[in-house]
Amino acid sequence: MSLLSIENLSLDIGGTPILKDIDLQIAPGEVLGLVGESGSGKSMTALTVMQLLPEAARARGRVTFDGIDILAAPEDAMCRLRGDDLGMVFQEPMTALNPVKPIGEQVAEGIRWHTGVSRADAEARARAILDRVGLPEAKFPLSRYPHELSGGQRQRVVIAIACALKPKLLIADEPTTALDVVLQAQILDLLRDLVGENRMGLLLISHDLAVVAEMADRVTILRHGAVMESGPTGAVLSARRHPYTRQLAEASTHVPARPRDPSAKPSGPPLLEVRDLTRDYPGRRTGLFQHEKPFRAVDGVSFSLPAGHTAALVGRSGCGKSTLARMILALDRPTAGSVSLMGETLEGKSEAQLRGARRNMQVVFQDPYGSFNPRHRVERLVAEPLHLFDKRPDAGERRERVAQALDDVGLAAADMDKYPHEFSGGQRQRISIARAIITRPKLIVADEPVSALDVSIRAQILDLFADLNQRLGLTYLFITHDLTVARAITDEVMVMDEGRIVERGPTSDVLRHPTTPAAQALVGAAPDLEQALARRLSAERSGSPL
Amino acid sequence: MIAYLIKRIAIGLVTLAVASAVVFCVLEIVPGDPALLMLGMNAEPEALAALRDEMGLNQPVLLRYVDWVSGMMVGDFGRSYTYSSPVIDLIAERVLVSLPLALMALFLSTAIALPVGIFSAARRGKAADTMVMGAAQVGVAIPNFWFALLLIYLFAVWLRLVPAGGFPGWGAGVWPAVKALIMPAVALALPQAAILARVTRSAMLEVLGEDYIRTARAKGMPRRIVLWHHALRNALIPVLTILGLQFAFLLAGTIIIENVFYLPGLGRLVFQAITQRDLIVVEGVMMLLVATVVLVNILVDIGYAIVDPRLRTRR
Repeated sequence: MSLLSIENLSLDIGGTPILKDIDLQIAPGEVLGLVGESGSGKSMTALTVMQLLPEAARARGRVTFDGIDILAAPEDAMCRLRGDDLGMVFQEPMTALNPVKPIGEQVAEGIRWHTGVSRADAEARARAILDRVGLPEAKFPLSRYPHELSGGQRQRVVIAIACALKPKLLIADEPTTALDVVLQAQILDLLRDLVGENRMGLLLISHDLAVVAEMADRVTILRHGAVMESGPTGAVLSARRHPYTRQLAEASTHVPARPRDPSAKPSGPPLLEVRDLTRDYPGRRTGLFQHEKPFRAVDGVSFSLPAGHTAALVGRSGCGKSTLARMILALDRPTAGSVSLMGETLEGKSEAQLRGARRNMQVVFQDPYGSFNPRHRVERLVAEPLHLFDKRPDAGERRERVAQALDDVGLAAADMDKYPHEFSGGQRQRISIARAIITRPKLIVADEPVSALDVSIRAQILDLFADLNQRLGLTYLFITHDLTVARAITDEVMVMDEGRIVERGPTSDVLRHPTTPAAQALVGAAPDLEQALARRLSAERSGSPL
Repeated sequence: MIAYLIKRIAIGLVTLAVASAVVFCVLEIVPGDPALLMLGMNAEPEALAALRDEMGLNQPVLLRYVDWVSGMMVGDFGRSYTYSSPVIDLIAERVLVSLPLALMALFLSTAIALPVGIFSAARRGKAADTMVMGAAQVGVAIPNFWFALLLIYLFAVWLRLVPAGGFPGWGAGVWPAVKALIMPAVALALPQAAILARVTRSAMLEVLGEDYIRTARAKGMPRRIVLWHHALRNALIPVLTILGLQFAFLLAGTIIIENVFYLPGLGRLVFQAITQRDLIVVEGVMMLLVATVVLVNILVDIGYAIVDPRLRTRR
């Protein structure tokens, strides 16, 4: 008998249809992967089960959980279910906890509410579940506040809240998307263990096919609010019978064509040279005149990049890769060491003296939504870096250059009169690339440029990067925690750990045979679709669970 | 937390020092000779010179500033030219009216505004919210003196529950004194409550959209408990800021209400002192207000730290 059964669920919010005739079932102890791109209705399906939908939402169909008709259940019945038999974990651990309450209170609150035990008993149970999710008392007393914990630790607290009363069903909505791969692997292990211990059902929502292939027994693929295909994970994802399934799977392992001889040694002086770069941040104040010792974010990093080369800087969150990037871009001053671009050193220069260098290096950021002023037209947004030229182009020339840049990234010249909100996420990332290439720079630093994008869009943007590398001879430094990006597009990988570059080499060598512990941890933790599918398939054929 | 407090207090002291210099300088450069004003336009030049000498107006500016500041440190604010009594006595007498009035008004406005703001936020967009916020809009728009006149007509003239104005003094007993302050406090509190209710509502609405509110709901907590236990405390920071600003206003900005109710408060004292060029009184009241604002700000900062644990450990 299934634990959760959704039949013919349709949902509209304020008259806009969101879900159409969704069907899915989860049995006790089963993991169901719900896959889809943004806007496909994954989260809304979850919120329907939790009955935490926006007020204007209207749901039709049948949702049965543990024999209870969810759509007909009154609010106080739902309050008894939520947090007890029905738990939920959210995507963004940084904001999912109340900043003004200690973690112990936040875990114990639900326990007290549902079981009516005394405060002391609830705290003892909160302690036990926090220990279980890997937050031991010695380092994580109940009195800790969320801001004293890292993202991965906070996600453990959220899982502890959701699992404190051993729910029958846990809904996890992109639980690891905001975490680096090593933390992702730890959190996924924890979820898998909790499923095994309590025969808990798990509805795992993800856009990442590799994660789903590793975790889920069965998979349901959503698109535009409708189910495209569903069935056992291994069979569905390897047969790829449905065209959309095939499209998703191909996009997530997409490698752009780069018809260039990788063995050709680039000649000439290096484009970018970084020598002994170090950045200290002052330590926290412990007394009126006392500070903790300074925190070294980047520690004596040296490397050089030849022109036309594509390198990836990979590492876990907090390893110092973004600080390093900011210093290369002369947005942050190094404590020691030097950066030179085309033989010209950058530090100690005034903004006016840096203009030449700024023309030659541009940046593409992660979030295509947050990096534009919503009230400016595309023409103005893309033309922004043109102020770096000593002779400002006039209006006609400016439009011409913007049109050329938009054409380079696959957009139409007519798009320059539109506003950012008229574009999709992928198109916006194209606009930010257009903005970066309008000065015809030599070096582009891209900070997680595709992490916020859906897989199919991400494949297109990677193609664009590869194409621009060929056509314009751009040199890239990709900063990422995602090894598939590094694998897809870079010649060389540098692995960063605790402020140092610990391993460096041709991409395929490093990713196939990592030698340092930091690189091994990254490579080992990164989910791999093909390997996971192979394991799934053999398990499904022999009929034994993984 | 200790470092945080010390820093706040140090900032407060610097503010006081800067303010004293500004107050002194401004009053130094405004036209009008207090000695001339005391003696009248037809005064004998000799008498004028003698009085200026006696008042210390002939001494160098810096010396007079140092005298003034060091006097204030030991509670000597100088003597009023027009009242011929120590400024400190004048202020003390008026503070006994203004401070209880301000506290009563503040208490009333908070007691009205917080529940109304929370109620409104919880029913966002519904009829009750629209009505309450409409009323608050009217409350912001109505001048408080007009409201005061309405109150006098209703409660003093028509129902005869409270006196229409005047202050019997605390010597006449606590209840008669409090009774005389009730209507002015209500008249002061309502517009303040209207502003505070709007701030509370928007702060609550912002917090109610946060992820952790959804986490609390996913824990099974009913909406009402989430509102009071999770949302309110996070919404208090902007509310505290407005409360601090309002208290400073209520203490000295009440001259119109004091006039309507004929109360001997600080506002009227400073108004009379300005019209009569009694600069030493103006200076004294100014410094008292600056000190109050600084103190209230420190209290608000402590309030922030109590509400938000992140501020306690911040560098």
